[in-house]
Amino acid sequence: MCSSAFSSEMLRPFFPMTRPSSTGKAFFIFNQKGELLISRLYRPDVRRPIADVFRIQVISSSDVRSPIVTLGSTSFFHVRVNNVYVVAVTKNNANAALVFEFCYRVISICKSYFGKVDEECVKNNFVLIYELIDEINDFGYPQNSEIDTLKSYITTESVVSSQIVAEESSKITTQATGVTSWRRADVKYKKNEAFVDVVETVNLSMSTVLRADVDGHIQMRAYLSGTPECKFGLNDKLVIDKSERGAIDAVELDDCRFHQCVRLNEFDSNRTISFIPPDGEFELMTYRATSNVKLPLRVIPTVNEIGTTHVTYLIVVKTNFGNKLSATNVVLRIPTPLNTTSVDCKVQTGKAKYVPEENVVVWKIPRIQGGQELTFNAAAQLTSTTTRQVWARPPIDVDFQVLMFTASGLIVRFLKVFEKSNYHSIKWVRYLTKASGTYQIRFILHGHFGVADEGGK
Amino acid sequence: MMSGQGQDAKFFQRGKIQEFRQELQAAETKDKKYTKRKTILKKIVANITMGNDMSPLFVDVVQCLGTPLLEIKKMVYLFLINYGRAKADSIHMIIPNFLQDCNDRNPLIRALAIRTMSYIPIPVVIENLTEQLRHHLKDRDPYVRKTAAICVAKLYAADPRKAERGGFVELLRDLLVDSNATVVANAVAALSEISDRQDGVLFKLNLPVANKLIAALGESSEWGQIYILDALLRYVPETHADAELIGERISVQLQHANSAVVLTTIKVLLYLMNYMESRKLIEHICKRMGPPLVTLLSSGPEVQYVALRNILLIIQRRPTVLKNDVKVFFCKYNDPIYVKLAKLEIMYRLANEENVKEVLAELEEYASEVDIDFVRKAVRSIGRITIKVEGAADACIRSLLGLIETKVTYVVQEAIIVIKDIFRRYPGKYEGIIPKLCENLDALDEPESKASMIWIIGQFANRIDNADELMDDLTYNFLDEPTEVQFALVTAAVKLFVYKSSSDSVKALVHKVLKWTTEEIDNPDLRDRGFMYWRLLAINPTPAITTDADRMDRGALDQLLLHTGTLGSIYHKNPETFIRGAAGKALVDSPALNPMSRQVLVPIQREAPPSGPIVVPGPGPIEPGAASIPSPLPMNTSKPAPPLPPESVGTGGLLEGEGSAGDEDEDEDEDPAAARLASASDPYASMDAAFGEYTADAPQPSTVTQGAELLF
Repeated sequence: MCSSAFSSEMLRPFFPMTRPSSTGKAFFIFNQKGELLISRLYRPDVRRPIADVFRIQVISSSDVRSPIVTLGSTSFFHVRVNNVYVVAVTKNNANAALVFEFCYRVISICKSYFGKVDEECVKNNFVLIYELIDEINDFGYPQNSEIDTLKSYITTESVVSSQIVAEESSKITTQATGVTSWRRADVKYKKNEAFVDVVETVNLSMSTVLRADVDGHIQMRAYLSGTPECKFGLNDKLVIDKSERGAIDAVELDDCRFHQCVRLNEFDSNRTISFIPPDGEFELMTYRATSNVKLPLRVIPTVNEIGTTHVTYLIVVKTNFGNKLSATNVVLRIPTPLNTTSVDCKVQTGKAKYVPEENVVVWKIPRIQGGQELTFNAAAQLTSTTTRQVWARPPIDVDFQVLMFTASGLIVRFLKVFEKSNYHSIKWVRYLTKASGTYQIRFILHGHFGVADEGGK
Repeated sequence: MMSGQGQDAKFFQRGKIQEFRQELQAAETKDKKYTKRKTILKKIVANITMGNDMSPLFVDVVQCLGTPLLEIKKMVYLFLINYGRAKADSIHMIIPNFLQDCNDRNPLIRALAIRTMSYIPIPVVIENLTEQLRHHLKDRDPYVRKTAAICVAKLYAADPRKAERGGFVELLRDLLVDSNATVVANAVAALSEISDRQDGVLFKLNLPVANKLIAALGESSEWGQIYILDALLRYVPETHADAELIGERISVQLQHANSAVVLTTIKVLLYLMNYMESRKLIEHICKRMGPPLVTLLSSGPEVQYVALRNILLIIQRRPTVLKNDVKVFFCKYNDPIYVKLAKLEIMYRLANEENVKEVLAELEEYASEVDIDFVRKAVRSIGRITIKVEGAADACIRSLLGLIETKVTYVVQEAIIVIKDIFRRYPGKYEGIIPKLCENLDALDEPESKASMIWIIGQFANRIDNADELMDDLTYNFLDEPTEVQFALVTAAVKLFVYKSSSDSVKALVHKVLKWTTEEIDNPDLRDRGFMYWRLLAINPTPAITTDADRMDRGALDQLLLHTGTLGSIYHKNPETFIRGAAGKALVDSPALNPMSRQVLVPIQREAPPSGPIVVPGPGPIEPGAASIPSPLPMNTSKPAPPLPPESVGTGGLLEGEGSAGDEDEDEDEDPAAARLASASDPYASMDAAFGEYTADAPQPSTVTQGAELLF
C-alpha cells in the first residue's frame, strides 16, 4: 500500500465566471500582482482592458466579500488557488455553478499535469495551458475535460503534425466524444490491481449544540486492462426519506454523488454501483452522513479566567477507537487572548508551543494509541489593559488522521471486476478518517475574578 | 504520474518587435528541429499575454506555418486569434493554410482549423469557413461534428443573416438527432445561444425531441448534460403526465458529482413541477432534492455560495425541500464571510418553534465574532426570529439584553434597531426593558439606531418618566442630524406632546422642533410633515408588524426559479433587470399549467435596461422617499392575469407556474388576489424584507457610475 493517495486533499480555491451554460466571454489566470499569466478572450465584444477592471476591483481591493463581482452587465467569477486567481468573465446571466466547476476543473487538470498550481508553474507551462484551455473550452462552452483522454493527445512532447497517424487520431476523437470518454480502450497491465481508499473528513462543531457530520470520498486507483466492468458494494442505506431509517448493520448515508462513469439509472433503480472506471486515479463517489457519527477524539476543555491577568487551560483528549488503532499527526490549536504575553505549557506527550503571531498554542502529538488519554495544562499571562478587549474566543481546532477507521461506519463489501479476457485482479481497500480545520470545539470562559484556584500558576 | 514541469517562465519578459523579427528571420536557417522558432514563438505568446502588441509581426509569424510541428501551428493559430481582426488586410495570406488543414486526414487538425477560423470574424475568413463548415457538420468523425456545431454559434454571432441564409440553423437542428451524444449536446448549446439573441431564431422543444435529448443524457459528458438539461426549459408540457414522466427520468441526475449538473437538474425539476398534478410525486421530488442541495455545501466555497443563494430562493417556494435541516446551515468558524452571511439568511428562514433554541444559541455565538457585518446580521436575525417565532420571544429578548450588556457599540445599535420592531410585534409585553435601552443612548451614533431609539421614546413617552429630558438632549443638535433622525425626532416630539400636553417644557420642546422643521429645514418632505403635525397634533395607532410580508411573492419566485444556478439566482433579480440584452423568462401557459401558477404568473417585462450606464436599484423595500420608482407591472388586481399572448414569449420563450390549486399545502394558504394586491407595485418588493433595511451585505451587482460599460 502506498500513501500517495492521501496527498490529494481537496483543492479549496477562494474565488469564481458568465450565456447560461457557457463560462462566458473571457478566461484569465492572474498572479497576485494582477499580472496576466493566461489570457483568452472568446468574444469580439470583450477586450483586454477588462482584465484591468478585475485587477482594480478584486486583486487590489482589500475587501472582496464575494467570489462573484458584477459591474454593470459584466461579472467576474474568481477562484483563488495558492498565489494565482483563476477568473472567468461573463456578460450574461451565467450558470454560476457551471462557471465555478469549470474553474475547479482547470485547476485539477493543471494539478494533474504539473503536480501543483501556482504562479511559477503556470508561467513554466503557459503554452501547454493555452493548448489545454483551447481544447476544454470552445467559445465559452466547456468540452470534454477528462484528464486521461487529454493526456493522450495534449502533451509536452513535440509532435510533427504530418506524422500523426490518422487512425491514431480517430481513436482519440472517438474516445473524446464517446460513451466512455474517460477511458482509452487499449489499456494493458501485467498485473491487474485496483486500490480503493475510503477517506472521511469529520466535521465537528462542539458547543452548546453538538454538530457532527462526515464528508466521505471514495478514491479509486484502477490499474486494470481492457474495458473492465466493475460492481461496487457498500453497507450503505441511502436515506431519502428520514422516516425510512432503522435498518440494522447498515450505515445511513444522507446523500451520495458519483463520478461521470457510474450509471446513475442503475443506481436509481436497484442501488447497484456499476461502472467502467477511468484508467488510474479518480474519485468514484462522495457521500455525506450525519447519523451515528463516531468521533475519533474527544476533547474536553476547561478554560478559566483568573482576574484580568491570567487564563488557565486544562484540556483532556480521549480516544474513541480500539487499542490496535491510533491517531497520527494530531495537532491541537488552542486560542489565547489577544493580550497574551507568554504561555506556560505542561504536556506529557507531544510538544506544545505558543505562537504569538496567530494567538494560539500549537500542541503537536505524533501518535495517540487507542485507549490513551492525554492532558494539557497551561497558563497564559496577560498584559493588563485598561479597556477590556473583546476576545472572540475562536474554537479549539483539532487535526488528526486515523487509519483503518471510518467515522460513518461505512464498509466496502465488495468490488467485482468483469472483463472479457477474464483475468484475475487484486483488490485493496483502505480506510482513513481525518480532520483538517474542520474539527472544532468551542469553549466557555469561566470567570474566577480575584480567586486563584488550583489551575492558576 | 506524469508531471512534466516546463521551464518556460523565462519567456515572460517584454521584448521588442524588431528583435523578435530578426530572431525569426535568423531562425529560418540552421533550425532543423525548429527549436529556435519554437522558442521565439513562445516569447511572442508570452508578450501577447502581457499585453504587448505583437501584431506588427503578423507576416513573420505566419511564415512559421511552413514548419511541420503541431506545437508551432497551435501557437501561430493563437496569434491569429489574437490579431486576426486587427490585420484584416493581411489575413488572406493564410487562407490556403486554413483550407489545407480543413481537409487534413487527421480529424484533430480538421477540427483545429475550423475552430480557429471561426474565432476570426472577418469577411474573408467567414466566407471560406461557411463553405467548409457545411461539410464538417456532416463529417464522419464526431469530434469534428461537435466542433462544427459550436462553430455555427460563432458564425451566427459574426453574421446572423449569412448563417441563416446558408441554412446552418437547419443543419444544426439535424444534429439534435445525431448518433453521438457529445455532438447532440453541442448542437443544443449552439441552438440555445442562437435563440437567446434578441434577433435569434426560436428554439422550442416538442415532446419527441425532448425525449431524445433525455435519452442522450446518459451518454453525454457532464458539460453536455448541463446544455441538454438547460434546454429542457424550452419544452412546455401539454399534459400533467408528460411533466411527471420527464421529471422522474431526469431526477437520477441529482446524484451526479458535478454540482452544476445537480443545480441545473433542480432547476428543471422546479420548472416541471409547475405542470405536475400528482401531489405525491411533487412531494417525493422535493424530498429528493434536499440531500443533494445540502451536499453542495461540501464543495468549494464558491459553489457553496451559489448553492446557498439558490437554497434561499427554493425554500421560499418549496418549504418541504429542507424543512428539518437547519443545523447544516450553521456557520463554521472558518467559512468565508460570503458563505456565513448567506447561511444566516437561511437559518432565519428555517427557524421555527422546534429548532429555535438551537438557532438562537448559534446566533449568540456569532454575535461575539470579529466581522462587523456578520455580527450585526446575526443580531438582526435574533430580532427577526423574535418577531417570527412567538414562542421564542422571551428567550430572544433575554439574549438581546445580554448583547446590549456587552457595550460593543455596533452590537448595541443593531439590538436597539430590532427591539423597536419587537415592540411593534408584541405591544404591551416587553416595554419593561425600556430603561435598560435608555442607558445606551450615548452609544448610538448611527442614524438608523438613533432613529429607532427616538421612535421608542416617542411611542412610550407615557411610560418613560424622563422622556422630556431625553428628548431635550436628543434635539440639542437637531439641525445637524441626518434626515432620518430628524424625521424621527419630529414625530417623537409630537407624540410626547400628546402624552404630556400639560407640561410647559414639553410644549416648548415641540414648539422649538416644529419651528425648526418648518422654517430651517430644506427637505420638503420633512417640512411638510412639520406643517401637518403642527395642524394635526394627533397620534396614529401604529400598525403591528409580522413577518408575513418577508417572503417573496409567489409569481416572482416562480419566475426567479427559472434562473436557478445562474447569476440571477444569486442576486435574486431577474437577469433582464441588470444585464443588458438579457432575455427575460416566464412560465409558458399550457393546459398542464397549475391554475394557481397561471394566476400569479409574472409576464416577461419587455422593458430593456437603459442604454446608458446601468443602475441597478438595491434590494429591499422601496423607501418612502423613493416612491417615484416606476411600477414595472401594470397589474390588474381584480381579475386573473390573462394567459401570455404568444408573442410576449419572445425569443427565449420560457415558462413558469405550479400545479393545481390543490397542491398548495406547502404554501401557507395565501389568497392570490390579496398576495397580488400587496405586491401589485413590485412583485419583488418583499424579496429581501427580512433584512430589508440592511442592504450592506445583500449581494448585488454594482452600479456602474461612469459608463464603465464602454471600457469593455
